[in-house]
Amino acid sequence: MELTTVWFVLIGILWAGYFVLEGFDFGVGMLFPVLGRGADRERRRRVLLNTIGPTWDGNEVWLVTAAGATFAAFPEWYATLFSGFYLILLVILVALILRVLAFDYRGKRDDPSWRKRWDAAIVFGSVVPAFAWGLVFTNMIHGLPINSQGVYTGGLLTLLNPLALLGGLTTLALFLLHGSIFVALKTDGTIRREARHVATRVGVVAAVLAIALLVVLNLQTGNDISWICFVAAVIALVVGLVFNVRGREGWAFSGTFVAIGLTVAALFTMLFPDVMPSTSNAAWSLTTDNASSSHLTLAIMSWVALLFTPIVVLYQGWAYWIFRRRISTDQIPPATEPRLASEQVVH
Amino acid sequence: MEHLDLARWQFAITTVYHYFFVPVTIGLSFMVASFETQWLRKRNPQMLRLAKFFGKLFTINFALGLATGLVQEFQFGMNWSAYSRFVGDIFGAPLAIEALLAFFLESTFLGLWIFGWGRIPERLHAACMWIVHAGTLLSAYFILAANSFMQNPVGYRNNPVTGRAELTDFWAVLTNKVQLATFPHTILAAYMTGAAFVLGICLWHVHRRSVPQDQSMYRKGAKFGAWMLLLSGLGVAVSGDFAGKIMTEVQPMKMASAEALYNTQAGAPFSILTVSSLDGQHEKVAITVPKLLSFLGTGDFNGTVHGINQLEAQYKHKYATDPHTRAQTYVPTLPLTYWSFRVMIGLGTAAAAIGAASLWTLRRRDSEPARSRWWPWAAISVVLLPIFANSFGWIFTEAGRQPWLVFGLFTTQSGVSPGVSGAEVATSLTIFTALYAVLAVIEVKLTLRYVRAGAQELEEPSAGADDDADDKLAFAY
Repeated sequence: MELTTVWFVLIGILWAGYFVLEGFDFGVGMLFPVLGRGADRERRRRVLLNTIGPTWDGNEVWLVTAAGATFAAFPEWYATLFSGFYLILLVILVALILRVLAFDYRGKRDDPSWRKRWDAAIVFGSVVPAFAWGLVFTNMIHGLPINSQGVYTGGLLTLLNPLALLGGLTTLALFLLHGSIFVALKTDGTIRREARHVATRVGVVAAVLAIALLVVLNLQTGNDISWICFVAAVIALVVGLVFNVRGREGWAFSGTFVAIGLTVAALFTMLFPDVMPSTSNAAWSLTTDNASSSHLTLAIMSWVALLFTPIVVLYQGWAYWIFRRRISTDQIPPATEPRLASEQVVH
Repeated sequence: MEHLDLARWQFAITTVYHYFFVPVTIGLSFMVASFETQWLRKRNPQMLRLAKFFGKLFTINFALGLATGLVQEFQFGMNWSAYSRFVGDIFGAPLAIEALLAFFLESTFLGLWIFGWGRIPERLHAACMWIVHAGTLLSAYFILAANSFMQNPVGYRNNPVTGRAELTDFWAVLTNKVQLATFPHTILAAYMTGAAFVLGICLWHVHRRSVPQDQSMYRKGAKFGAWMLLLSGLGVAVSGDFAGKIMTEVQPMKMASAEALYNTQAGAPFSILTVSSLDGQHEKVAITVPKLLSFLGTGDFNGTVHGINQLEAQYKHKYATDPHTRAQTYVPTLPLTYWSFRVMIGLGTAAAAIGAASLWTLRRRDSEPARSRWWPWAAISVVLLPIFANSFGWIFTEAGRQPWLVFGLFTTQSGVSPGVSGAEVATSLTIFTALYAVLAVIEVKLTLRYVRAGAQELEEPSAGADDDADDKLAFAY
């Protein structure tokens, strides 16, 4: 296999890693107003937040690595993608910035209005990227007006076409489902049961949207392998939903995990050998061949990836293992804020 | 304003802002890991309290550095897509390797450190912060290698077929002589920043005497901070001298503009302060040290340092033919380079001086802390001085490279995204500036709240604590 193909596959894997991991983080954030309600809402919200507390940051690094690897292996792809989706990426960046700070700062003060603002940031920072990434990827697979210099010539409205909006809704629903099942897997008590119910209802919508999107895209640019990935993704999703109804959360989570991974695989398979198809003139499409770095750069990057990716997966997996225990509202310590020792209440 | 100016302002604002948090992260992770290790060795609970106290402040700072870091990676493609196409073959690899080798380490092990109290063995817990620190060093190495390529391109060739720079020797990129001077200089400056952060906050608590029984703890913290500040400050001076000589060799225009040296001179003086007309042609007051610039730049008091006028004429001739290298002038903005260079040195020196003064005041265990009024001001300024010294150092480095993105290869004006409109850049510039301003207010207020509260008492382990499923989490968001 050519190195350019290897790197196309690796970048697909990095994006898949990002979506299967940060996908459930987005879902958890979206669930704040859904599961974090009622008399015990504050402790329930903190349960939600702490299911991803130690690991969300590592999940987001998959995005940094995917973007960096695209820059290194396919500079033309990186340049066209990031300048072409300028305003969408701006919105994603704002959302992700607010979300990072909300996760870390929310619990640092014991003040309801402080928490309320950061809760809004968490919901905004989860819904917006979950939708926007679907928008970006659908447009990228479908193709965009790109000129002979590899420069995007459309505007913002070009990107907000019906198919791309369907793509956005699909990723939104898939991540909400993935997050619900993750919450069911990681919590205990009523929140666990409620998360399963949410997953069942969202699951049907997500399945319908995902099937619609992938069928349309497959009919446009599909091939045998992308159809196979699609069918396998649907099977995994349905199996996951069945396990969810039966209360087998580990298997249900594996189902949505594999389904999202296979969806990304289907999308990348449809894209290949293009990386950014041009709808202006097929000859102007960026391909794995004309958008790639030199052989030497790809070879060096291959060695680095070969050596270090397994190590990363191992220690990241180990971190998940350390924090594997389920969390319930009973385990949430009271909210605190540091006080000067002279002001601390003496027991 | 032109599209180009807007894109430059955006890069300047987002990068200077991001770099407020970077040196604190690098330096403070070292300080926190040191406190925790000292606790493990001597079991003095004060050290554990300091580790937890500065660990909290570390996470508040780290979060904003992390959040704004993503913008750094995205904006090369968003605003500088022509640059990305031109150098991606060389510049992209360090960025990708930085993410794979460093960011995964930092994020995963910081998560383990924050949430791992009482859940993982003590030694492993301390090791987590050391691993975070190692991650910050690795990250710095790769991103500085990318930057050093822009200052002094090595290990590449111009490919006429693809019209871009392509990698020929990755080892040469990683061992660029600019990199070998810049890396220690940058890391030691970050150590100064972390040490001064600890020193300033501990000094402030010593002065306030808010909790009398904690005096000895804050004095220990302050002393450790002051020693680290002085040692790393010494290293910054030595590595800075080394960096200056390499700069004189590979970017003579930058050195000339740092000194506003108009004409090539042997035995050139070092200008400490100049008040003159803005174009620099008419000096009003000037304080200079004879022959020092020649010594700093070349290692010889009578060495020749090239002047701005001669270099400008030479570059205009040399770079006129290629559209990627053609520029109206090859002289950077002189007041900016001249003053940022001096302010960098001045602020760094002032920080080290406060460090030395603090050590003198704290020299005896029973010495009464100084009650003079300058003490709280010294405490506050020692935290801020190295942070701003870092900023001015980078402003000098980047502004002094202008009009180039990659010295001698590619100008800044050829780097902007052709498909992005001025209105789009104006939008992102406005949004980022407003958002960053709001977040700065929130971050500083939160930091001050935690600083004022000081190191918290250690919590007594609750009765009958064992691996009970109903146990409260030791730490929770």
